[in-house]
Order: sequence, then structure tokens, then C-alpha cells
Amino acid sequence: MAEPIPAAAADDSLLRVEGLKVHFPVTEGVVVQKRVGSVKAVDGVSFALRRGETFGLVGESGCGKSTTALAVLRMLEPTAGRVVFEGQDLTRLGRAQMRPFRRRMQMVYQDPFGSLNPRMKVRDIVGEPLVVHGLATDRSAYRARVDGLMDLVGLLPDMADRYPHEFSGGQRQRIGIARALALEPSLLICDEPVSALDVSIQAQVVNLLMDLQERLGLTYLFIAHDLSVVRHISDRIGVMYLGRIVEIASRDALFAEPRHPYTQALLAAVPLPDPAREAARPHELIAGEVPSVRNPPAGCGFHPRCPEAMERCRERRPELARRSRSVVACHLYDADGGGG
Amino acid sequence: MSEAALPRIAGVSAGPPGRLAALWEFLARLGREKPLGAAGGIVFLVFLLCGIFADVLAPYGINETNLAVRLQPPSLDYPLGTDHLGRDVLSRILKGAQLSMIVSFVAAGLATVVSLVIGVVSGYFGGRTDMVMQRGVDAWMTFPDLVLLIVIVSVVGPGIPQIVLVLGLLYGIAGSRIVRGAVVSVKENMYTHAAQSIGARTFHVLRRHIVPNVMPVLIVLFTTRIGAVILTEAGLSFLGLGVPPPAPTWGAMLSGTGRTYMYLGPWLALAPGLCLTIVVYAINVYGDALRDLLDPRMRGTQ
Repeated sequence: MAEPIPAAAADDSLLRVEGLKVHFPVTEGVVVQKRVGSVKAVDGVSFALRRGETFGLVGESGCGKSTTALAVLRMLEPTAGRVVFEGQDLTRLGRAQMRPFRRRMQMVYQDPFGSLNPRMKVRDIVGEPLVVHGLATDRSAYRARVDGLMDLVGLLPDMADRYPHEFSGGQRQRIGIARALALEPSLLICDEPVSALDVSIQAQVVNLLMDLQERLGLTYLFIAHDLSVVRHISDRIGVMYLGRIVEIASRDALFAEPRHPYTQALLAAVPLPDPAREAARPHELIAGEVPSVRNPPAGCGFHPRCPEAMERCRERRPELARRSRSVVACHLYDADGGGG
Repeated sequence: MSEAALPRIAGVSAGPPGRLAALWEFLARLGREKPLGAAGGIVFLVFLLCGIFADVLAPYGINETNLAVRLQPPSLDYPLGTDHLGRDVLSRILKGAQLSMIVSFVAAGLATVVSLVIGVVSGYFGGRTDMVMQRGVDAWMTFPDLVLLIVIVSVVGPGIPQIVLVLGLLYGIAGSRIVRGAVVSVKENMYTHAAQSIGARTFHVLRRHIVPNVMPVLIVLFTTRIGAVILTEAGLSFLGLGVPPPAPTWGAMLSGTGRTYMYLGPWLALAPGLCLTIVVYAINVYGDALRDLLDPRMRGTQ
């Protein structure tokens, strides 16, 4: 191990996730349930978000990105680890103690259709957080607040008396953002907020998010599988594979100099906009399938698919350690040279 | 019970300001978009009013026997004829509307509430709660309805309150399965999740997200149960366990005198049979219209 993982200085980190694990039991039997194993959806994830930054979390489907987000929100109980938000370890809080913190962290969802109740008017959807937290006592102030939120996300306040089905996907996503901003949170968790949208609309929503961040001083945990979107919005990026973070780096460092073989493969898979160059460049695809999270490989989770895999990759799991501009979990960069 | 019942069922969108305006708007939409449903509602309302004012409208006493005019076919004096004891069928139909409506409405209402409570608790909380409750429902449902009814009614004795209670429970528990299924599916929607992550209390989530979205199921459950209750009550009357005679319920008229004297006086069976059919049909089309109108996505279609 070289240097320890650099934790963000305590005073400017808004959210610190330390050794987060979320394991789901796998049971057999109908009446008497016997635990026969566990799915390690998230298995020891650590990262920190500084105030005002955007931390991108990328990885392919099933790597545990969304599970991490849900555990941060305490919508899933973490099996182990700590989630420190604004100096408070959330994993120790009871349901009632958790409520004030829910005001401070909100989520924007992937599916703009499923995340809005079809039987509620947009006004009630956007204002729901205010109602839930007892902030909707004054009727006219409440109306003004909802109108203001609509305006903030670029929707006309007159539209608030319509139902969600009358809006397009991009508009619905704006409604979801307005709802998330109603309580003036400090942290916004965006779980694939644009992946269900048309490309042209994606840019609008991403730009809206960036604009809002600047105006309101928000901190984003931005989950996505689309690297170009993440590159556009993130300050720092964490790459997840099989429930673990394999590399964390600033955006520029990650794209200029990806260290982990998985990160390199991910970047190589992004098509170039120019068809001629795209056709000309070599394509090195990752071989094989993602291993089952129920029965992950020993050692490094990526070794069965890794072009650089060595003996020790099969035996020992690499820990995250700082290598020049990145923090990476890979034996290639072991101090002894790894022999690769 | 009549018009006041509408906004309560329709209450999803009716806010405090202009409840009356919202009601008018709803009725206008009902007439404009769902004429058949509106007709069903009106027919149903007419029967309801007949039931309420049965004692005023009935030309004869319901138990007024006149053996001189027994088994008379419909005439000007007796618009729906008379039965084997010379009682006026119209008067008994009107009174029967009252009894059958009370029994079917209260029992179907109770059944819907029971279904809602069991279905929501079981479906929303899931896990062990769900497991225990559903096994209880399974056990209950292994008994044939009629056997349960006969046992319970013969223990507590016949009478309107008992019958309403028993039918309500019986259909309520059976229907809870359907509600539970709907709740489980609604619960998985992201908007439920969003409300929970905001910090909404369970009651808020149930009231604002779960119940409004299982409302279509509840409406259909309620309207189909009305007919079922009337028919089951008729079956009980036939066994002598229904609303005790001489009180005239439609079911009893149909299965009692109607059946016995079918060949001598077909009007005895036709009158309650037709009334039953019309009311059940009317309430069903009205329920369907209500279900569609309450869905914001259906707004402006058709």
C-alpha cells in the first residue's frame, strides 16, 4: 500500500461514505427460510463529496451504483459502513431522527414517468415535500413557493394545475427536480436523471442541473452509465465494478489517464462522434460477462475479464490506493511493480 | 346519501375551495363524457329515492293481505299485480328497494373497507405481516361462502345487522386479495419511493399515493359486490336465514313467492328479478364511468 486514501478535509466534506456494504440475503425454503448466501450489491464503498462539487458514479448496470444511492438515503439498510452527512452518521439514526436529514438530501429519479404520481396535480407533486414537513401552513405562501420552484426549473407556473401525463419526458424530469429542490437541500442524488430522455433533451436537463448548482450551491452525487454526460457535469468521478469502487479521479485525470483496466475499457467503449475515425480506431472490447454478484470471483472482481490479469489478481483483492493523480484499486500499480 | 355521496368518492381532486364547483364540474363531465354511466347513476338514484320514500309512495301496506284479489295480474289497481296472499307487489317492491339497498350498500361498503384495510396493510408492509395475514385469508377462503354464512347466521340468528356484518366480512376478506395485489404493484412505483425518501410518514404515503392509485380497483370491487350481496341475501332468504319474513327483500320475493307461483303468476318473479337486474347493471355502468373519470389520464379522451 502506498499513501492512504485521501479523505477530503473534514470541514468541507458534505457527505462521507465509509466502507459501505449492502448485502441482500438469498434464502431457500417457503415456510422455514434458510439463508444460503448473499448478494453483495455494494461491498465496501468509500468516497467523499466536497460541498459544491459534483461526484459522478459510473459503472455498468448491476454494479451497485443505485444501491449505493439508496443506502445513502437510508432507503435500504446498509449491512456495514458509515454514511456521514453534514457531520452526522446517518446509519445510527432512527426513523424519526432521520427525518430532519431527509430535508437536506433529495433524490432525482431515472424514470420521469414512474416517479410522478399520475393522480396528483403537478402543484401537489412539487409542493409535497413542503406538506410532508409541515411547511405548507400558509396557503398563499405555499402557492408562491410552488410557482417559484416551477419558474426555477424553467416551467411556467400556470402549468402547475395540470397532471403529469400532460408533460413531455424532459418537462417531467424538471418537475422531479423542482420537487427535489422544494426543501432547499444541500445534497441532490441524481440517479441516472437523463438516461431515459432523448439526447437533445438530455443536454437541456444536464445544463439545468449545472445552472442550479451554481445558483443554489448544491452538491451532486450524479449516477450514470453514460460517460459523456458524466464527463460534462462531474468534478470528480468514481468508477464502480461489482459492488466496489475501482478508481476515483478528477474528471480530467480520469479521461486523460485512466489507470484501472476496467476504466480504460469503459473509455474505449465510448464511440467517437466522427464515423470515419470511429471506424478506423481499434476496438478492444471487454471479454466475457459480468460475474454473478452472488458468487463473485476471488481476488480482484475484474480479473476474469482483465487483459492484464496476473497471478496475484486471482488471489488477493487490491485495495484503493493513491497512484499519482488517481486513487485506484489494481495490482498493476503495486509498489513492487506487480510484475505485470 | 344521494348527491353528497359523489364528491366523497370523487374526493381525489376536490379541494376545500369550491367543493360544490368541483362537484358540478364532475357531474357535467359525467354527462358529457359518459352518458351511459350518467344514465346508470340516474336510474340508481331513482331506485334509491323509491327506497327512501317507500312508505309514502306505496299505494298499499306491505303486509296488507286481501285474499279476494290473490294472484291478480298487473292492472290499474295493482300495477305489478298481487301475490298469493293478495298483497300488492308494487308496494312490496318499493319496500324491498329500501331493504335490499340498505343491505347491499352497507354490506358492499363494509366489504370494500375491510378489503382496503387488509389489502393495504398486507400489501404495503409486506414481509412477515403479509405472510401471516395472507395465510389467515387463505384459511378463511377454504370454507365455501354459503357454509360459513349458514353457520354464522344460525349462531347469531337472522336479522339485518347480522347479515350486513357477515356479508361484509365475507366479501371483504375475499376481496382483500385483489386490493393487496394492486397495492403491491403501486408500492413499487417510484413516486411511492420518492415520497418515502422525502420523509413522508406511512399514513401520508398510504393516503396520498397508495389509496388513490388502487381506487379503480376499489370502485369496481364495490359495484360488483352490490349485485353479489343482493343475490347472496336472496339465497339466504331461500334457506330461511335471510332478512326474516314478512319483510320483503327482492331476493326473498324472487326465491320465495316468485319461484313457488312462477307458473300461476309470472309477474311475481319478473318484478323483483327485473328490478335486481336493472339496479345491478346501473350501478356497474356508473362505477365504470366513475373509475374512468377519476383517472386524470383519461381526461379529454372519448
